[in-house]
Amino acid sequence: MSILINKDTKVLVQGITGSVGLFHTQQMLEYGTKIVAGVTPGKGGTTIEGVPVFNTVVDAVKATGANVSIIYVPPAFAADAIMEAVEAELDLAICITEGIPVLDMVNVRRYMEGKKTRLIGPNCPGVITPEECKIGIMPGYIHRKGHVGVISRSGTLTYEAVHQLTNAGIGQSTAVGIGGDPVNGTNFIDVLKLFNEDEDTYAVIMIGEIGGTAEEEAAQWVKANMTKPVVGFIGGQTAPPGKRMGHAGAIISGGKGTAAEKIKIMNENGIKVAETPAVMGETLVSVLIEKGLLGKCITHK
Amino acid sequence: MNIHEYQGKEILRKYNVSVPKGQVAFSVEEAVQAAKGLGTAVTVVKAQIHAGGRGKAGGVKVARNLEEVQAYASEILGKCLVTHQTGPEGKVVKRLLIEEGCNIKKEYYIGMVLDRSTSRVVMMGSEEGGTEIEEVAEHTPEKIYKEIVDPVVGLQGFQARRLAFNINIPPELVGKAVKFMLGLYRVFVEKDCSIAEINPLVVTGDGDVMALDAKFNFDSNALYRHKDILAYRDLDEEDPKEIAASEYDLSYISLDGNIGCMVNGAGLAMATMDIIKHYGGDPANFLDVGGGATAQKVTEAFKIILSDQNVKGIFVNIFGGIMKCDIIAEGIIEATKQVGLALPLVVRLEGTNVELGKKMLNNSGLNIVTANSMADGAEKIVSLLNL
Repeated sequence: MSILINKDTKVLVQGITGSVGLFHTQQMLEYGTKIVAGVTPGKGGTTIEGVPVFNTVVDAVKATGANVSIIYVPPAFAADAIMEAVEAELDLAICITEGIPVLDMVNVRRYMEGKKTRLIGPNCPGVITPEECKIGIMPGYIHRKGHVGVISRSGTLTYEAVHQLTNAGIGQSTAVGIGGDPVNGTNFIDVLKLFNEDEDTYAVIMIGEIGGTAEEEAAQWVKANMTKPVVGFIGGQTAPPGKRMGHAGAIISGGKGTAAEKIKIMNENGIKVAETPAVMGETLVSVLIEKGLLGKCITHK
Repeated sequence: MNIHEYQGKEILRKYNVSVPKGQVAFSVEEAVQAAKGLGTAVTVVKAQIHAGGRGKAGGVKVARNLEEVQAYASEILGKCLVTHQTGPEGKVVKRLLIEEGCNIKKEYYIGMVLDRSTSRVVMMGSEEGGTEIEEVAEHTPEKIYKEIVDPVVGLQGFQARRLAFNINIPPELVGKAVKFMLGLYRVFVEKDCSIAEINPLVVTGDGDVMALDAKFNFDSNALYRHKDILAYRDLDEEDPKEIAASEYDLSYISLDGNIGCMVNGAGLAMATMDIIKHYGGDPANFLDVGGGATAQKVTEAFKIILSDQNVKGIFVNIFGGIMKCDIIAEGIIEATKQVGLALPLVVRLEGTNVELGKKMLNNSGLNIVTANSMADGAEKIVSLLNL
């Protein structure tokens, strides 16, 4: 078991013929992801890497039964691409694109109200259920199938956490990058809920960063609802206020969104927070030992 | 991207949002000319820098005649203003706004930002104009009123009206305040603002509702569709290192420490700063080289890091992922040679072919120390600097 995606997921790639889209399509195919269709307006009827290309998402879904889309469309056109995926009633749309104007995303979120599709991202590494399905840009080989769920706002910091887990013999059920933008499709609580309901996930590691209050809200939700242990890390403990740290969402403004505040609230709500990014794995192991779950979470040597 | 107050007021004027008459001046002569042109009894001379708190720092003066305009303009132009937002080094004033004085009856606050919890734009208003809104939010949050905007229909008249009544705009001026707010909302969405702040919004003795100050910040991801806003960019107000970085698609923020950092990914870059601090060091910068750490990007990144005189050592932390470590190592070796790097350099690589990458760094004959993990790397660079 896993969340969001598994070996049966049928993936369509929006922007499959662009250089980034094509490179990652090859990587995903190599990992074993079932890519059934690509969409590039004007290139319908062709095939690329053995994948049929369509002009529209609706055409692609009709012909192939794709249920999840991954979006590698440039920022100026990405909001349009997300709405096209939503209109086609896919289960899930994962948007990798970085640099989408925030007000475009405000409109996208409004458009999605009451509709079926869940959006992950934008500006995220994607989602992976190890050894079954990789949809995104993450390096597949660092992951191992297992029982720890991973949720993160940052890409390479997620890889760092997964790498530490894998080195400690702990596999992952699913790793979800929710993205570093201030307006995104799925937040920590949405993913925590899914992990809470997933029988195969025994513990969760949640990686946040400065800016906004999503981690604080998630921590309160964890205390009230979560039946599984959660550990965390917050990046940006040394970031000065008012300076945007790369991610559009990572900024301390008006005294809100500091790492210290987030860590305090996470601790108060029973989430053990790793002191440094180097001990995210160790911190999880210590909690697993405490809860008697370590044996169940060790999946390999 | 930030712009100057006078530029913000230019935009507001185009949207029929009421602002005092005024003109920008780059010299004392221009300032006097502008004041003559205004012909008002009282003229305000305002320093134009990208930071708040100008008034308290002596950057805003009220002149009663042209001699005073000349005196204040010469005093403020070229002066280094230090405010709570400039940092201790302050900012040199190179432009002035010469503006008509206005008969202020009462000051209010109007601001617009993105509300992250609802993913919508919110307009905020308060009766406590002129002061720092953060202070109002902390001490008397009940004095801040909010209207959340549905992007389908935009800010509605009833919302603007409710906000105006809530902050106690005199009833006979509510109509003008509504027009003001609706205009400000249009600026916000049509120009892709991330912050629009009018503090203070004033009600005048002549029964006008106008913006006495205007602070705008624009979404840098949307500037491609606003050439007019991009033309307002003032490079004097930006860190030259940050400008150079943006030319090479590097995300760089300078800090006060002495350990230069080069990392791929924003989250890992922040975490790298954190771990350096944890081991007793002090990061000199945040630098995200992005996904493709090519030789050219690494070279440019080294150059930018080294242009900071405080830097005494460099820590490179790359989680290669899909990129192969031997290719990254090649890039680092090439860049090190090109810039003739003499400072201690610690490199932590992770990813495919990591052993090969490390071997290449170790055999390069260059003064490069390899690290096995980010903790190991942070410890090594800190101890190298403490020798």
